[in-house]
Amino acid sequence: MPVSEIRIRKPETVAAATSSPASTLPDGVSLSAAAQPISDIRKFLYARGSSSLADRGFSGLMMLCAASIFAIVALIAFELVLRSQLSWQKFGISFFYKFNVDPDTHLPTFWDPVSGTFYALPFLYGTLISSLVALVIAVPLAIGVAIFLTEMCPKFLRGPLAFLTELLAAIPSVVYGLWAVFILVPMLREDVNPIFIRIFNDPYIVKAFGWTGIVGEKGFFGGANYGLGMMAAGVILAIMILPIISSLTREVMNAVPHSQREAALALGATRWEMIRMGVLRNARIGIVGSIILGLGRALGETMAVAMVIGNRPEISKSLLSLGYSMASVIANEFSEASDNLYLSALIEIGLALFIVTIIVNALARVLVWAVTRGTPARVN
Amino acid sequence: MKASLRQSKTRSAMRAATDHVATGLAILATILVIAPLFAIFGYLVFKGASSLNLDFFLKIPKPVGEEGGGMANAIVGSAVLLGVASLLGIPVGIGGGIYLAEFGRGTRFANAIRFTADVLNGVPSIVMGIAIYSLIVVPQHHFSAFSGGVALGIMMIPTVTRTTEEMLLMVPNSVREAALGLGVPNWRSVLSITLKTASPGVITGCMLAFARVAGETAPLIFTALGNQFWSTSLREPIAALPLQIYVYAISPYEDQHRLAWAGALVLIALIVIAVSLVRYVASRGILKGAS
Repeated sequence: MPVSEIRIRKPETVAAATSSPASTLPDGVSLSAAAQPISDIRKFLYARGSSSLADRGFSGLMMLCAASIFAIVALIAFELVLRSQLSWQKFGISFFYKFNVDPDTHLPTFWDPVSGTFYALPFLYGTLISSLVALVIAVPLAIGVAIFLTEMCPKFLRGPLAFLTELLAAIPSVVYGLWAVFILVPMLREDVNPIFIRIFNDPYIVKAFGWTGIVGEKGFFGGANYGLGMMAAGVILAIMILPIISSLTREVMNAVPHSQREAALALGATRWEMIRMGVLRNARIGIVGSIILGLGRALGETMAVAMVIGNRPEISKSLLSLGYSMASVIANEFSEASDNLYLSALIEIGLALFIVTIIVNALARVLVWAVTRGTPARVN
Repeated sequence: MKASLRQSKTRSAMRAATDHVATGLAILATILVIAPLFAIFGYLVFKGASSLNLDFFLKIPKPVGEEGGGMANAIVGSAVLLGVASLLGIPVGIGGGIYLAEFGRGTRFANAIRFTADVLNGVPSIVMGIAIYSLIVVPQHHFSAFSGGVALGIMMIPTVTRTTEEMLLMVPNSVREAALGLGVPNWRSVLSITLKTASPGVITGCMLAFARVAGETAPLIFTALGNQFWSTSLREPIAALPLQIYVYAISPYEDQHRLAWAGALVLIALIVIAVSLVRYVASRGILKGAS
């Protein structure tokens, strides 16, 4: 008899429990959906703890620590917006594209603290061009390193080489700048730039490709060769963002399942074909993500760029010309900004940099995450 | 028949050649990437070591034009700044990591924080400097070591949070359940069981964040400002090693260039020693609590 009783009653209790779990359970044993990954045993044990007050206080404190990250981002945004009000009210959106024309020389004036002219176009241009030069140099190298380290390298070399490439990331920006000023810039001026200048100003090449505007005296390698300038900034940025791009590319390439490689090899592919079809094609979204992340780092890089870009607020097509970048103008002029409008204009440049890097980084994270999600966290 | 066979032979030869070319290019890329590393370290040792002497570690900078002098105040200043930064960044960062791994696992709030931490990691340090300038320096009306330390500390938080979370997630659930089963309150189990088990990884993460901010210059330019004299007060402008390297590197004096190289060598040596020491210790499991 008791057996049948149980049989009849069981479905009812289950139904009651699933329809309204909160009402049937005692306080503290809430089966919320949010706590899904925590097992039943642990929930039971939590509820039995005699120190629920301390536990609640502790978890609240930890939550406060985590929430501080939100608070930091919000505070930065708030302060930047607040302090750039003055410049925003004076110039509006034209801050980013307008310029004054000098009545005597007919040359554009973008940035002249003495006359109160503050237009940020040359800084946007300098940041963009130096970062693009960096990407053009760094991306093929970084992907090459990642391919070598994940697919081709003998096992005993893999660890040391990976460590060395990541050591590049540990070098401070200012040390890169120091090295660039005293070693890289003279090297570019004496050895590297003359080669480009000769190629780009070769009479035959100018005749053949003059219509494109990238060769000749007004092309990418025209004008005086200081050594300093966009080219130097691009090269040093490339060295600095290489480890970021290559380590993330390695991560997404490692996330490609081995079955993909084995399938390609089983069909008779050579190793390179296996890498191209099995690995790179599957990892391409993540690789794009890592490149964008490198771009984000290049956009915000300050000290090394400030030391080699030449610090002249002008726009010129030539990569040999002196330029200026958003981050380096802030670093150089912030502490000597005499009046409020000057300071406010610099902070507005900072705000623009903040917004751009947040967008770029968010985009990159989403792309990388799309590929590596589901694979376990890498530890090294 | 014969022609097609020959064709397929040349084709496979082509494919093999492409394979070799690709391998060669990958090796070349690796060499090109490693080369600057050796170039930088080589020049640091070559140029820096010759200017290093005892005075460098014991004396403060001499006025321009006088020979000698050192960076003792900058080394001590960096230590003060990093101390303040660690006091702020490490506890808050570890707390955030604990929340993400132990309490907020899978919730939307935790995912948003994780994402924000990653994005904050990419915010340029110069922007952080402006924010701290307008938050602390402007209300106080003077540059101070405290504001520089806070700027560096804030930059540590996202890195420490993310590595702590990753390390805690690797601790098996059975460890937590065993602690709770013995009647240990949850906060105690998190601090003395889970966190302790993960401590080698967490410490490595903290050291990496530390090494990263140790070389930061940009946020210090208008918070800590730099100082030519002895100062350890948190309310005064303070010298810092990276800041001093920057000032000397762009100065026109040969003597200061040599000091800049020496300073860079010391900075790099400190960072590399810190990182590799921690890696070695963590991998050996010598740290307490590593099982």
